[in-house]
Amino acid sequence: MSELSVNHLLGIKYLNKKDIELIFETADHFKEVINRSIKKVPTLRDITIANIFFENSTRTKLSFELAEKRLSADVINFSAAQSSVRKGETLIDTVNNILSMKVDMVVMRHPNPGAGIFLSKHVNASIINAGDGAHEHPTQALLDSYSIREKLGDVAGKNVVIVGDILHSRVALSNIFALKLQKANVKVCGPKTLIPKHIESLGIEVETDLKKALEWCDVANMLRVQNERMDVSYFPTTREYTQQFGVNKALLDSLSKEIVIMHPGPINRGVEITSDVADSNQSIILEQVENGVAIRMAVIYLLASKIK
Amino acid sequence: MINNQGLFVSCTTAYKELCIFVAQTIREFMSQKVLLSAKEIHIILHRLACQLLENHLDFSNTVLVGIQPRGVFLANRLTQVLKEDYKVKNVNLGSLDITFYRDDFRRGDKIHEANKTKIDFLVENKKVVFIDDVLYTGRSIRAALTAIQSFGRPEEIELLTLIDRRFSRHLPIQPNYRGRQVDAINDEKVKVMWKENDGKDAVYLISD
Repeated sequence: MSELSVNHLLGIKYLNKKDIELIFETADHFKEVINRSIKKVPTLRDITIANIFFENSTRTKLSFELAEKRLSADVINFSAAQSSVRKGETLIDTVNNILSMKVDMVVMRHPNPGAGIFLSKHVNASIINAGDGAHEHPTQALLDSYSIREKLGDVAGKNVVIVGDILHSRVALSNIFALKLQKANVKVCGPKTLIPKHIESLGIEVETDLKKALEWCDVANMLRVQNERMDVSYFPTTREYTQQFGVNKALLDSLSKEIVIMHPGPINRGVEITSDVADSNQSIILEQVENGVAIRMAVIYLLASKIK
Repeated sequence: MINNQGLFVSCTTAYKELCIFVAQTIREFMSQKVLLSAKEIHIILHRLACQLLENHLDFSNTVLVGIQPRGVFLANRLTQVLKEDYKVKNVNLGSLDITFYRDDFRRGDKIHEANKTKIDFLVENKKVVFIDDVLYTGRSIRAALTAIQSFGRPEEIELLTLIDRRFSRHLPIQPNYRGRQVDAINDEKVKVMWKENDGKDAVYLISD
């Protein structure tokens, strides 16, 4: 019987193609479950999961919590804002204190890259990375690929462009790893200041002309401009950014084919994407959110089955 | 003095031990035995279909549910017999996966792979017939009883199995319709093969 090759989900980098296929097949079953009138299964009734969020989140936190509850796990939530972290407690101490309450799995978001990897080496629990700084956000990349697979039948051979703030984006890096693993063609597009140097070494191409990028692609994944992570000015004004890298209906209609629009949220309406595009038939933004619950159920289920 | 109940219990236990002893002695000499041939399976399928008909008549308030993975073949075959040989027009047939309802999650080395659940009708106030190929410990059926509740509250639930392994139950679950009852000791396996999946219809008893 198949199982994941890893005991933690720290990043897509540590997965192989078979792992992704297994997660998708398992998510198919959970998607059927969450569309029943009774959406809950009793599988994880003896598992306790702690959601530890050192950074703000709405979608991811809700999605994880819902996934855990649909699997009947016990859930405890922890936000750094209301905790002893403010009093100077270290990460390992905080987590070990939580684990001594007999927690089996930790879902963690942290502003520092590598926080999940660090934790997995020092504590005895299964760790799921729900975003670590500008490093990785594996469940988001999985649900993005899963949504492409659902919409277009397959990920292999598809042309995907990731548009926007690549430099500060964990979603971009995880997506690049996931898409390359599944043999998709990937381009990134954005202002040169927001594209990391040497990103081509990941086997992808850089395009600075949005129109050309959209003409080439089957799927455009629009990222948010992460103002909160910007310590200096990366582009002159938001208005100028929108003019060059924002997608609007007129631009979409001028393309020779219909492309799929994705966005990991939260959307800055009118900046990277206009409202009429976000709410159009070409957008699968809300499908991404629904698939997020199924994907997270699959990841939690598969990792929990490895806890001895 | 032994009261009636005590006598009954000791008789059953002795009978059970005798059956197992006989089964063991015979099986020492062989590793694979044919329990049912294709012809016998054909006859049994028709008998089970007739027994279902007797209790459910036109199947207007009845749904058949094959338990994934192996019960689905039997359920398909029975539906085919009901439709083609007994001219039942509308048979509601679904398949139920019990992976997420099992009671042995994380308790063995084996990771259970999920299968498709396809129930596109309401089971509320319906008569549900669970269909599985082998009834052994009864734990799968226990899981199925929990799983089906996600689709409503059935009026009643019955169980049909092709092979009923006697004396091996862990739970108080018995079939309403059974193809053949067999005595098999615990390290033996009953393997049901279907033409559409395994190349031929047959039931084997396999010992290591």
